[in-house]
Amino acid sequence: MIPKLAIWSGFLVILLVLPQLFDSILAISILNQMCIAVVFGLSYNMLLGQGGMLSFGHAVYFGLGGFMAVHALVMIEFETLYFSVILIPLVGGLFGLLAAMFIGSFSTRKAGTVFAMISLGIGELIAASSLIFTDFFGGEAGVSGDRTFGPPLFGVDFARDVEVYYLAATWVFIATFFMYLFTQTPAGRMANAVRDNPERAEFIGYSARRVRFITFCAAGLFAGIAGGLFAMNYEIVTEENLNAATSGRVLLTAYIGGLGYFTGPIIGAVVLTLMNSLLSNYTELWMMYLGIMFVLTVMFLPRGFAGFIMMHQVAWFHGKLKTLALPYLITGLPALLGLIGGIALVEMTHTEEETFHFLGISLDPSSTTAWIVLGTVTIVGISGTRLSLKQLRSAWESANTPPSDGGAIK
Amino acid sequence: MKQIQFAAYYFFNSRGGILDGRPIEIVPLDNKQSPTETQLQFRRAVAEGIQIIFQGNSSAVANTLNSTITRHNRRNPGQEVLQINYSAVDPILTEDQCSFWHFRFDAHAVMKLEVLTDFIAMNEDIGKVYIIGQDYSFGQVVSDTSVAMLEEKRPDIEIVGNEFHPIGQVKDFTPYVTKIVASDADAVITGNFGADMVSLARSIIDSGLEIPIYTFYAAYDGITATLGEDARNQVYLVHNETSNPIPTEERKEFIRAFKAANPDNDVTQPRITNALQMVVAAMEKTGSTDPYDIAMALEDMRHTTLSGEEIWMRPDDHQIFQSLHISVHTDEGIEFDADNSGFGLFSEFHIPAEETIRETSCRMRRPRR
Amino acid sequence: MLDIFFFATLNGLVTGLLLFMLASGLTLIFSMMGVLNFAHASFYMLGAYFAYSISSYLGFWAGLLVAPIIVGILGALVERYGLRHVHRHGHVAELVFTFGLAFLIEELVQFFWGRDTKNYQQPDVLDFPLFTLFGQEFSAYRGFMIFISMAIFIGLYFTLTRSRIGIIIQAAITHPTTVASLGHNVPLIFMGVFGIGSALAGLAGVIAGPVLTTFPGMAIVLGSIVFVIVVIGGLGSLAGAFIASLMIGLLQSYAIASDVGMPDLLELLGVSFERSHPLNDLWTLTLPQIAPILPFLLLVLMLIFRPTGLLGKREE
Repeated sequence: MIPKLAIWSGFLVILLVLPQLFDSILAISILNQMCIAVVFGLSYNMLLGQGGMLSFGHAVYFGLGGFMAVHALVMIEFETLYFSVILIPLVGGLFGLLAAMFIGSFSTRKAGTVFAMISLGIGELIAASSLIFTDFFGGEAGVSGDRTFGPPLFGVDFARDVEVYYLAATWVFIATFFMYLFTQTPAGRMANAVRDNPERAEFIGYSARRVRFITFCAAGLFAGIAGGLFAMNYEIVTEENLNAATSGRVLLTAYIGGLGYFTGPIIGAVVLTLMNSLLSNYTELWMMYLGIMFVLTVMFLPRGFAGFIMMHQVAWFHGKLKTLALPYLITGLPALLGLIGGIALVEMTHTEEETFHFLGISLDPSSTTAWIVLGTVTIVGISGTRLSLKQLRSAWESANTPPSDGGAIK
Repeated sequence: MKQIQFAAYYFFNSRGGILDGRPIEIVPLDNKQSPTETQLQFRRAVAEGIQIIFQGNSSAVANTLNSTITRHNRRNPGQEVLQINYSAVDPILTEDQCSFWHFRFDAHAVMKLEVLTDFIAMNEDIGKVYIIGQDYSFGQVVSDTSVAMLEEKRPDIEIVGNEFHPIGQVKDFTPYVTKIVASDADAVITGNFGADMVSLARSIIDSGLEIPIYTFYAAYDGITATLGEDARNQVYLVHNETSNPIPTEERKEFIRAFKAANPDNDVTQPRITNALQMVVAAMEKTGSTDPYDIAMALEDMRHTTLSGEEIWMRPDDHQIFQSLHISVHTDEGIEFDADNSGFGLFSEFHIPAEETIRETSCRMRRPRR
Repeated sequence: MLDIFFFATLNGLVTGLLLFMLASGLTLIFSMMGVLNFAHASFYMLGAYFAYSISSYLGFWAGLLVAPIIVGILGALVERYGLRHVHRHGHVAELVFTFGLAFLIEELVQFFWGRDTKNYQQPDVLDFPLFTLFGQEFSAYRGFMIFISMAIFIGLYFTLTRSRIGIIIQAAITHPTTVASLGHNVPLIFMGVFGIGSALAGLAGVIAGPVLTTFPGMAIVLGSIVFVIVVIGGLGSLAGAFIASLMIGLLQSYAIASDVGMPDLLELLGVSFERSHPLNDLWTLTLPQIAPILPFLLLVLMLIFRPTGLLGKREE
C-alpha cells in the first residue's frame, strides 16, 4: 500500500506545481474554479456519500458563506474591520456553519425523502428570499467586493489571479485534510453507520439524529469555506449561488465523480470544471452533452468515475491489469468513432452556417453525402462497440479471477 | 449576436474592413445571463487580447461587467478593456456607478419613462393607472419613476395599483388581472420582460380588458407572434428607433439585407448598429484601436444614424441621447414585421433627442494618460 | 370585494385542478415505485411542446389527443429502459436518475425547439367568454380546463376503485410479489402506470400550454410546486394530492388578491420603522410579493410538524 504520507505530499506538490505548468490567464482561472468546486463537492460528499443524506439545497450554505465573505471584503475595504483577506474563506465557513446549525436543528430529524424535500423547500425559500431582502443579498446584481484592500501578506495584495490560486490551493489542502480527518473520526464512522442502518446505530447507543446533525453542520462549514473562496476569486456573489441550479450542479459533480469514495468529488469537480470551461467554447450544446453524460453515468457507472477506477482494484491485486489494456483498446476505438460521428451529426443539425467545421474537416450541411457519411461512421462505431463488448467481458472476468498458482498478492 | 455580426459584415468587412483594410472580428462569448459566467468569459476575452466588449441584456450582468472591468483596468494599466453597453438600462450605470470605460448606447429607464409618461399624460381618457412589475431594481425604478412623473405631469391621474411579483415565478397572472379589473384602471404600465411579459399581456387580454398596456419589452423573440391578433392596438412599447415607418431607404436596405441572411430573426436592436458605427468612427478618427483613444474620441461624438438622425454621446456620463418612440402592436402600416407574424410595431409618438436630456449625478474619474 | 373573492376562488380552482393533474400522476408513480420522479414536470413540458408542433399542422384537438399518447409512450420507455435498470442501485440512484433526466429533457427541448417562447394558441372555438361578471370575463377555455381536470379525477377514481385493472394496480402497489405470484405481469403494470402518469402530465401540458406560456423554463416553474403538493398532501395519497392542490391553488390566488402585508401588521401594532432600517425589506413585505413562494414555506412547516403530510400513507 502506498503510504498515506506519500499521497498527501504528492497532493501538495501537485497543487503547488500546477500553475507553473499551466500558466496562462485562462488556465489559472480554470484552476481556481476547480479549487472551489473541489471543496464544495467534498463538502457535499460528507452529506450524501458519508451520511447518506440527499440534499437538494446544499448551495444555500455555499451561497450564504459567499455573501458573508463578500460583505467582509466590503467591510475591509471601508475599514469597518481590518484583517488579512486570507481569512475570508474562514468567514464564509463560519457563516455557513451557523446557517447549517440553524437549519439543521429541524431538518435533520429524519433522513431519506423527508430530508431531501425539506432541503428542496429551504433552498427555494432562501433563493427566493434573496431577491426580496436586497439589503443583505444585493438584489439580482448581487454584492460586489474588492479583495485587494486588506493588509498585504509579504507584499502580496491578491490583485493577480495566480496569487488567489495559491491562497485557494492552501485552503483546498487544509479543507481536504480536515474533511478526510473527519472520515477517520468516530463521528465520521458513525455517519457511515447511520447511513447504512440507523436503527442499529441507535442500538449501540448513538442518537442517529445527533450524528446527522453533526455531519450536516460539518458539511455546511466546508460549503461555506467554498463560498468564501468563490467570493475571493470572483469578488461578486449573487442569488445564483444559492439557487437550485447550483445545488443541482454540486449533486452532479459528486455523483459523476463517485459517491462513497473520498476522491470521487475531486475527480468530478475537475472533470466538470473542464467541461464547463473548455467545452462551452467549442459548442453551444455542451449542457446537453453534460446531461447525456450524467444520465449515462447514473445508469452504467453508478459509482462514478472513481468507482470505475476502483473497480480495477481486484485486477490490479492479481497483477493482471495489463491484460485489460488490449480489450479496452478494441472496444474503445469503435466507441470513440461512434462518439465522434454522433457528436458531428448533432452539431451539424444545429449549425446554421454554410459550411460546418469539425475537427479541421469542412462539411456541407446541405449535401446528403455528408449526412450519410457521418451516419455510417456513427453506426459502424456503435455496432463495433457492441460486438467487441463480448471479448471485453471475458477479458474482465479472467482478469478478476485469481491466478491459478494461488498467490494473489505478490 | 447575429445583429452585430451582420452589422460588422454589412458596413465594414464587406467593404474592405476598417483602418486600411483590417477586418472586424466579432468573437461571441456566451455568459448565460449569469454574473459569474460573465466574469469567466471576461477572463477568456482578456486572455485572447480582446479589448472591446459589447454587452446588452441584463442590467445585473452589465453591473458585474462594469465592476470587473473597472477593477481590471485599475490593476492592469495598458491592458484596459472598454465596455460598450447597448441594452442594460439600469440608470445607475451612468449615474452613481458611471465609469470612464463604460459607454451606454440605449436610453436608460428614466429617460424612457419620461417619454412614456408624456404619452400617457396626453391621453385625456386615462384617469387611473395600474403599475405592475417584476420585483427587482428595474421594476422598482419603473414603479417609483412612473409615480413621480405622472404626479408631476397629470396630478389628476390616480395610481390605483403598484404591484410587484417575483421574477419568473408567477405561473398564471389571472389573479393579478382580477385586481386590475377591480381597481377600474384605464391603463397598465409594466417593465416586465420575457415569459412574464407575454403571460401578463395574454392574461389581461384574455380577461376581456381592453385598456392600453404600456411596456418596455413586449415585442420580438416570439412575443409578438404569441400576442398576435388579440393584442392589436392595445400593447404599446417605448424604444429608440422606429420599426415602422422607416424614414430612410438606407435603413430599409439594411433590414432587408439582414432578413435575407437571417430569415428567422429580426433587427430588434438598431442601437447595436449605432454603437458599432460609432466605435469604428472613433477608431478611424484616432487611427488607433487602443481603448483609451477610442474612449476619448467617443466622448462628445455626434453621429448620424442610418435613419438620418443625429445622436450624441454625452461626455459627462457616457450616455447616448437619441429620439425615443412609443409604438403600438398592430398589423396596419407594417412594412417590417416581427417574428414573421404579420404584426409589428408602428410608431405613434416620439420626442426628439434634445428633450430626453436629463441631469446626471455621475462624477466620472478620468484616468490620466 | 365580492368580485375579487369570486374571481380569486375561480382562478384558484383552475390552477389547483391543473396542479392536481400533475400531482396525481406523480403520486401514482410514487406509490408504485417509492421514487419521486423529478422528470414529471418535464413530461408536462414535452406535452405542451408536442401539442404545439402537432397543432401547428393539424389543429388543437389533434394535439390534445395525440400529444399525451406520445408522452405516455416516452414515459413507459423511460421506465422500461432507464428506471428499471437503475432500480437495483437504490433509491438515491433512482432519484438522481430522474433528476438527470429532467435536466436532459430541458436541454433536448431547447435543442429541438429553440429557446424562445412558442406561439401555442387556444383553439378558436373556445375563444369566447363563458360569462362576464363584475366586468371581468371568464374565458370558455378556462372552463374547459376545469372540465377536463374534473373528468380526469373522476375517471381516475372510478378506474382505480371500481375497475378490475384498477384493483390489480392498487394491489400491485402494496403487495407486488403477491400479485406477481397470482400470475399478473407486475413489471408490465409498473411500466403502464408510469406511462399513464406521464401521459397525465403531458395532458396537463397540452391544456396549460396556451395559458401558462410554452417556453423551456415551464417545467422548472411548475415542477417544484408539484413536489410541494405531493409532499403536503401526503406521499402516496391521491385524495391528499387533490386537497393539497386545491389548497395551494386557492392560497396563492387569495394571497395575490389580497393587499395585506407587514405594513398593515405594523400599523395594527402601532409600530413603524424608518426606510433606512436594516430590516426595511422585511417591514415592507406584502403578501402578494411572497405569494409564489408560500407553498415552500408551507412545505417546510408541514415537514417539520407532520412529515407524513395531510393524508400520507407511506412512511420512509
